[in-house]
Amino acid sequence: MDDLDQLEAQSIFILREAYRKLKPLAMLWSLGKDSNVMLWLARKAFLGNVPFPVMHVDTGKKFPEMYKFRDEYTKKWNLELLLGDCPPVEDIDPTLPPAARSAARKTAGLAAMIDKYKLAGVIAGIRRDEQATRAKERVFSPRGAGHKWDVRNQPPEFWDQFATPHEPGMHVRVHPLLAWREIDIWRYIEREGIPLVDLYFAKDGKRYRSLGDQDITSPVESNASTVAEVIAELETSRTSERAGRAMDHESEDAFERLRVAGYL
Amino acid sequence: MSTIPTPAPQDAATPIVIVGHVDHGKSTLIGRLLYDTDSLPEGRVAQIIESSKKRGLTVEWSFLLDSLQIERDQGVTVDSTRIPFKLGTRQFVIVDAPGHRQFLRNMITGAADAEAAVLVVDANEGAQEQTRRHAMLLRLIGIRHVIVLMNKVDILNYDQKKIEAAERDITALLHQLEIEPTVFVPASAREGDNMASRSDRMPWYKGPTLTEALAAVPAPSSRADLPLRLPVQDVYRFDTKRIVVGRIERGRIRVGDEVVIGVHGARARIATIESWHTAPQVAAIAGQSVAVTLEPDVIPDRGDFLYPASAAPLRAARIRTRLFWLRQEPLRVGESFKLRLATAEHQVTVAAIDSVVRLEDLTEHPAEEVPPEGFAEITLAVSETMLFDAFVPGTSDGRGVLVDRNQQIVGGAPLIGIAESVAGRNAIHPTGSAVSVWDRAQAKGHRGGVFWMTGLPGAGKSTLARGAETRLFARGVDVSVLDGDTLRAGLCSDLGFSEADRRENVRRAAAVARILAESGQVVIVALISPTITDRELARQIVGEGFHEIFIDTPQATCEQRDPKGLYAAARAGKIAGFTGIDAPYEAPVKPDLRLETANASSDETAARLAAFIGEETRLDGAAQRQTS
Repeated sequence: MDDLDQLEAQSIFILREAYRKLKPLAMLWSLGKDSNVMLWLARKAFLGNVPFPVMHVDTGKKFPEMYKFRDEYTKKWNLELLLGDCPPVEDIDPTLPPAARSAARKTAGLAAMIDKYKLAGVIAGIRRDEQATRAKERVFSPRGAGHKWDVRNQPPEFWDQFATPHEPGMHVRVHPLLAWREIDIWRYIEREGIPLVDLYFAKDGKRYRSLGDQDITSPVESNASTVAEVIAELETSRTSERAGRAMDHESEDAFERLRVAGYL
Repeated sequence: MSTIPTPAPQDAATPIVIVGHVDHGKSTLIGRLLYDTDSLPEGRVAQIIESSKKRGLTVEWSFLLDSLQIERDQGVTVDSTRIPFKLGTRQFVIVDAPGHRQFLRNMITGAADAEAAVLVVDANEGAQEQTRRHAMLLRLIGIRHVIVLMNKVDILNYDQKKIEAAERDITALLHQLEIEPTVFVPASAREGDNMASRSDRMPWYKGPTLTEALAAVPAPSSRADLPLRLPVQDVYRFDTKRIVVGRIERGRIRVGDEVVIGVHGARARIATIESWHTAPQVAAIAGQSVAVTLEPDVIPDRGDFLYPASAAPLRAARIRTRLFWLRQEPLRVGESFKLRLATAEHQVTVAAIDSVVRLEDLTEHPAEEVPPEGFAEITLAVSETMLFDAFVPGTSDGRGVLVDRNQQIVGGAPLIGIAESVAGRNAIHPTGSAVSVWDRAQAKGHRGGVFWMTGLPGAGKSTLARGAETRLFARGVDVSVLDGDTLRAGLCSDLGFSEADRRENVRRAAAVARILAESGQVVIVALISPTITDRELARQIVGEGFHEIFIDTPQATCEQRDPKGLYAAARAGKIAGFTGIDAPYEAPVKPDLRLETANASSDETAARLAAFIGEETRLDGAAQRQTS
């Protein structure tokens, strides 16, 4: 088994644990590369089926290409799609810096969906290498009342045994891609032929490395127009993946505050 | 069209955990290592320089890891984190584990799947408490390759004699734990000596630098050639096929192989290996998550092992195990848990504590309890016969984990083997219930709990308990009262009033209360229980759901009420050792509820008590409180 086989096997193991232990369960589908890989892994785990709904928490500000992609693959992959919208930015904590405040809309939208569907588990495609705060996450990350992430009081997690509290008011965030790196995602996309929104590929010398809301995401300079070229570019790149995501950079603790409140 | 070739398959990264006492330089070591091996993304270096500048410091490599705001404010690493780096073509992942004692569980989370460990020891200070604790954990979680980095040798002026003396102490310590360190590297992480390049200040040292030692860590040995263990994770029914899924922990399967299933021992053949978006598969090896169909179409349960008839696991209902206990409270004989082993879950009870490790010198001693976050060897009584393999480092054999009633992990249990049956008192086989606390609570519409009322004789405990009982019962709450006099009339009629007998009285009341509470009842205990020690004992026996309620009535009022004429008798010298007269009463320092009865009617007070109990046992109330 090479490294991708091992990552794949571990992610499948995690998805099957979640499906067995957490009901009702849903998977977040942000339409980005990571969540497409995650959805692909679910189809591997469940032999072509996706036995739980996928959720798109819609900020209403995604790129048109993303909405088109969503509608096309919902049909093609026979997905049960749950849509949720987000409150206006005026309803969000005004002490957050502007981009973080905008991003926090998604947190509120997600919280509403979790409550509405009484979810015990939410599968999310975050990775440790994306951002320092995410590096602290557990594979099964229990959330208490108000969906809060108690970063100082995380359960032990070892030998592939995961905390699965099933008390009312709690849910578990499941992170099957936690151990993957950005380049692993791309190499797996290449190997498996996983479809992506074409915003990831260079047009006029620019491409998106990470996709968020239109107004708080910016493209990077690049000539990589195929998956293989993106991989080659990443092998020499020294800038971080989320450099184009405004809310990560506003203040030292803005992103951590977002995550404690339930942001992905 | 692109002409770039698809990248070649790569080996998986080798996880390396860095452990050691707080301030012995782990974070500095990692920051330095990443810098020296040119592994930092531009963003990270800029962030460190910025953060260091903001705090008026020269570049502080440890900030790289202490990336959470709260950590920087406290100056400690609160959780493990993972950072990839490369030596030549080989990928590594560094797992940083914190040195602070209360964060033990984070360290285990980080360290448990590491291939090798770097134990960082301040050469000047030598082994400290965390050095011993972490070394012990390396042994218990099964890490075989240990590189000892003797850090801060600049403080010892790179003196060969002093450094080697420090090494001898560490060697002796590790020897006790049956850990044979791969190599000792004398180094200074801050100055860069013997990190990525050879130090010219220690010409006497001929061994490898840290990076050379890491590059020499052997690749994980394959588990594919061992006898098969495939724990069943789940059974699906898609279309008309019944599909058994799980990850092969060791060995391999081929279509046509005969396997034995679980403790019941049914036999079947692997009929097909199912997959989606791969070439058709006829074989699979350890590490793969597989889906198979069986012929005949038997239905295994989650947790059943599939194994070859020629190499069965051990079977037993009493198991000896090592234990690293992760709770902040002690562990005692009689406590029940679920033992998770791979995908199986078994009800177990601690039947004996065989020995406990003394951390000062890592020796084993008999003890009544395992201290908070302690290490021990214990015997578990399982409610049914189970299959297991003894713990072997480098495999997933025998990796037991104890979880409590709320599915929280409370300890790691590397299984040693079958426990010899012992005659007499220790040979208990308690059985655990398969009905969960939460199932019961849902059926009853409320949670169980113990409300332990303490107070002077005549304070009004029994009256209030009965008043609250009536009110709660009227609301449909399944409630009962254990009061002192009732207990002494029956269950405790053999007991007198000596200190030992009073303590036994408390122990029995608490044990009964626990059984009732576990069955989902709300239990009100009305017992003088005059000492803090008495009530602490009760709290420990009952465990979760224990509430201390102080019936706070001035002694003068109690004596005035004197419903049973006891104060009068005690004053007249007819009763000796009467609480409040010639035996002390220790009021609770921080009760969960204090009820002052002097200026309120007993009706009002009973209503308050009933309201408190109702709130604490509400389904969606106290349930949301985090248990840790």
